[in-house]
Amino acid sequence: MTYVDAVIQGILLGGLYALFACGLSLMFGVMRIINLAHGDLALLGTFMVLLVTEHVGLSPFAALVIVLPGAALAGYALQYLIFNRSLRGGELSPMLATFGLSVVIGNVLLEAFSADTHSLSAGALTTASWRISSQISISALSAVIFAVAVVVLVGLQLMLSYTQLGRQMRATADDPATAELVGINSKRVYGVAAAIALATAALAGTFFGMRSSFDPTLGPSQLIFAFEAVVIGGLGSLWGTLVGGIALGVAQTVGAQAFGASWSIFCGHALFLAVLAFRSQGIFAAREATA
Amino acid sequence: MSLLDVRELDVRHGLLHAVRGVSVAVEGGGTVALVGANGAGKSTLLRTIAGGHRPSHGSIFFDGVDVTRVPAHKRVGLGIGLVPEGRHLFLSLTVEENLRVAARPGYWTVERVLDAFPLLADRRRSRAVNLSGGERQATAIGRTLMANPRLLLLDEVSLGLAPVAVDDVYRSLQTVIEQGTTVLLVEQDLGRAMGIAQRVICMLEGRLVLEGTADELTRERVTEAYFGLGRVVA
Repeated sequence: MTYVDAVIQGILLGGLYALFACGLSLMFGVMRIINLAHGDLALLGTFMVLLVTEHVGLSPFAALVIVLPGAALAGYALQYLIFNRSLRGGELSPMLATFGLSVVIGNVLLEAFSADTHSLSAGALTTASWRISSQISISALSAVIFAVAVVVLVGLQLMLSYTQLGRQMRATADDPATAELVGINSKRVYGVAAAIALATAALAGTFFGMRSSFDPTLGPSQLIFAFEAVVIGGLGSLWGTLVGGIALGVAQTVGAQAFGASWSIFCGHALFLAVLAFRSQGIFAAREATA
Repeated sequence: MSLLDVRELDVRHGLLHAVRGVSVAVEGGGTVALVGANGAGKSTLLRTIAGGHRPSHGSIFFDGVDVTRVPAHKRVGLGIGLVPEGRHLFLSLTVEENLRVAARPGYWTVERVLDAFPLLADRRRSRAVNLSGGERQATAIGRTLMANPRLLLLDEVSLGLAPVAVDDVYRSLQTVIEQGTTVLLVEQDLGRAMGIAQRVICMLEGRLVLEGTADELTRERVTEAYFGLGRVVA
């Protein structure tokens, strides 16, 4: 029964990883940018929510109403001011630019909020839970986070598949020069993709801050989990990212159950390495390689 | 006033001076064929008109508006549509998605494109990567039509296609021309070019060397200009 509990908790945790990962996946899919600042940007969102809760007195959920649009605007601006410029410099310069951004954000957060640990209170949700059996109970907060993650990822995938914006994103990902020639404003498409990526990152960061305590140094480790979820699931598919996040979460919780809590992170990394070694296209390969 | 008015256009690719002082006007309605040998600058001229290249000198007026500095995606909105050489479809999208992604309000809709290009009718949900050459070309033309251009620029539509596929594509093009769309097409096959166009323009080494109506020009005169055998200006 305890393993059943571990799998359930792993699935719920995996939803959060998938939410972290979907923005990373989107930016790589549309712009071919590996955003090394993704974890720090998510954490920046967490701290912005903290700031709003402390100074305005809103709950973290209400604070999202202010922070998410802000994150989206920041994403659009980052794309115009930094990423588009760096894309002109070849494939590696966006990576360098985002690495620099990661260092800057991490240090600004450290300067502004010190190295103290903080936490966000989700109110009654934090302690509420459903008891399934004597050994299994599901925390209400975990369930809410998982549900939101599924809604966001499924919503994004449906947007990509069936809306004009989604078609424009896929067309621009295939061939940006031709996209311009058929009337698509590729800079705007890139800006919107970055806006969505940052908003989902800030949302994931906020949920992360509700689940556990956080400090300004955690950005890079969140990036690694997100990166692992994307690779395990397979590049280019948000369904894959959802499955990858869940697989990572389950590997961590089942690993902790089997070998002890200190092995949790190791087991997640081990799954990631195993996928790279034996099925490097990921569990769900993208439908077709984009030429 | 001409629909398209290109004035003293110079386009360079690095050290290569691909288009040299080209001035050409295209009136609304009808079809103009642009011929010339490989490397004469035809594709570069078309791409520059569509906004894919920046000219180093000269200007492009479309319907009286100077579009020289207008980005490519905005020129589509003004009514300039290019079918690029080599098709350049969005390979991970289906035929229908390739059409829809370029859609702007007007006569051409997915249904009308599929009617005009019957070979696409049962390929609607196929990914572009799985299409034959003729089907890809038809999709590329259809995609450009979806924006309802007033000026359709066609670059080497028959390149790499089986003769029977070329016939199909040209038969469909006839439907497009009957809709009143002005067409400027680059074509290697002189016979086809002179068959479909009312006017023929010949380029050689980046310059315009011959211009005239299809009736007054003979194949021999165009061929001479094509290979630069005798410099003639009609």
